[in-house]
Amino acid sequence: MQNKTYKINRRQKKLSGWHKYAVIALPYLWMSLFFFVPFLIILKISFAESIDDSVPPYTSLISFNSEDLKLNFSAYLGNYAAIFDDSTYLYSYLKSIKIAFISTLLCLLIGYPMAWAIASSKSSLRNALLMLVIMPSWTSFLIRIYAWMGILKPEGYLNSLLQWLNIIDEPLQLLHTDLAVYIGIVYAYLPFMILPLYTAIVRVDYTIIEAGYDLGCRPAKCFFKLFVPQTYSGIIAGSMLVFIPAVGEYIIPELLGGPGANLIGRTIWDEYFMTRDWPLAAALATIMLLILVVPIVLFYKTQRKEITQGAK
Amino acid sequence: MAEDVKENNAAQAATIVRTVRKNPRCTRSSILKFIFLSFGFMFLYLPIATLIVFSFNESKLVTIWSGFSVKWYFELLSDRQMIDAVLNSLIIAFSSASMSVIIGTLAAIVLVKIGRFKGESMFALFITAPMVLPDVIIGLSMLLLFVAMSNIIGWPEKGMVTIWISMVTLTSAYVTVVVRSRMRELDTSIEEAALDLGAGPIKTFFTIILPSIMPAIVSGWLLAFTLSMDDLVITQFVAGPNSSTLPVLVFSKVRRGLNPEINALATIIVFIVSVCTFVYWLSRVRADRRRKRDMRLALNRKD
Repeated sequence: MQNKTYKINRRQKKLSGWHKYAVIALPYLWMSLFFFVPFLIILKISFAESIDDSVPPYTSLISFNSEDLKLNFSAYLGNYAAIFDDSTYLYSYLKSIKIAFISTLLCLLIGYPMAWAIASSKSSLRNALLMLVIMPSWTSFLIRIYAWMGILKPEGYLNSLLQWLNIIDEPLQLLHTDLAVYIGIVYAYLPFMILPLYTAIVRVDYTIIEAGYDLGCRPAKCFFKLFVPQTYSGIIAGSMLVFIPAVGEYIIPELLGGPGANLIGRTIWDEYFMTRDWPLAAALATIMLLILVVPIVLFYKTQRKEITQGAK
Repeated sequence: MAEDVKENNAAQAATIVRTVRKNPRCTRSSILKFIFLSFGFMFLYLPIATLIVFSFNESKLVTIWSGFSVKWYFELLSDRQMIDAVLNSLIIAFSSASMSVIIGTLAAIVLVKIGRFKGESMFALFITAPMVLPDVIIGLSMLLLFVAMSNIIGWPEKGMVTIWISMVTLTSAYVTVVVRSRMRELDTSIEEAALDLGAGPIKTFFTIILPSIMPAIVSGWLLAFTLSMDDLVITQFVAGPNSSTLPVLVFSKVRRGLNPEINALATIIVFIVSVCTFVYWLSRVRADRRRKRDMRLALNRKD
């Protein structure tokens, strides 16, 4: 105890005064300016009105040269009203959430057995296997999605294979369907599911499971009651790492999805690049962020718990 | 004495029973393991393999094999636009990885070494949030910031600088996480000794802490490099007309359908990545082996 307080005192002495602030300053200022301020701007612009043929194409909430700011402050709620009025926007939110949710489940179903298999291999083999899991994500994301275009096309490899095996006569429409979007998301995000799962599974205390077996617990029950609960942190972290980016995914629905697969990331993109309605795009992004607050907080909580547990 | 033997025998019998009982489970689980891994890795690698195989296809129709040829590689290498895009990407990836290593390492020091300060939780959130947020949101918010900034102070113009700033913001988060986890593992007694012996905090950092977190900084740099090499969505938002990077160019080509040049490009990328990974892995294995040998030697000397 004595030793501990002494350590803490010294640690405070170690970096103090200007040293401390000099170290904090650069990352803090950078992230405030380039990460936090942009969100305020998005919020601000989502309350502006869009005007054509002007740079930038939206009204400002406050006119700068006026003396009385209050008089000239006007928040336009039309963008939000438009989003809630138009069912296509609501539909694309719901569809994004549905697709992200199902892909997360699929990733979990494929990733969990793989993570378990890696975690229970010989320790000399584990690092190599993990490396093999991560390596595809070091190559280009875009090109990995492009590979699936070639596989799923009507005259692509999968259809040729199925026809050659005489399973189907006519090529199936696989590309530009929701199925293709699911495959793309699962394929692209699987490594992000496996890694946290692996870290959790490798730490599982097998003596508890042995005890369960010895006391006559059936394997399936043993697995769900004794094994899985020990890996909850990995399940949550992995699921969030798949779910959150999948909700806002743009490239996969654009390349693999059909014209109807207007997921929200794609809708924001189109509003910005095609319609050039910046305020509406900002409002759509704000709502998406609000939807993602819950999974993001969940992710941070498990990370924080992980860190405090690691410290023990 | 006799009881001892009896107990020993009983214990042995128990172990034997346990291993026998365990064995069928062991073999079954190793078969399962093999199935999971082979299917998993087939899923991860077959698509990439098709790209590689068909990059050597003679026909322009990517999915139909018509003969071996390397002409798409020559076509790729003589594509001026492609070379420019690669150069742009390399410049941005190199410079943003270098900057984000500085910011990320400083942030990791702040998070690990400086305990509580005002706005600490805010800091932790800022620094790691770019990792989890969807790219579309980050891209749009960055772009709107740059538009607002250039309206007010006339800087920056959309182009390489804006891409660089965005990539640094995105990748610092990853560097922070990598360096932070390494710093947490460090044995603090050495730096405490240095401080006790009168080295200042700056000297301690450069002589004690920095060398021991260097591997993490290197992997953070590599991660930042690959991430910014690969980014499309954010770059597309903040890029100007003359600053198209490799993913932006590839995306505009791929959108129009399959293209054998892209297969050739994919093959080159996969080749480079696997060589780098192999070298990195080999160096780690060697370092590990050396460490073990040194430990063994040290222990032997003690005897």
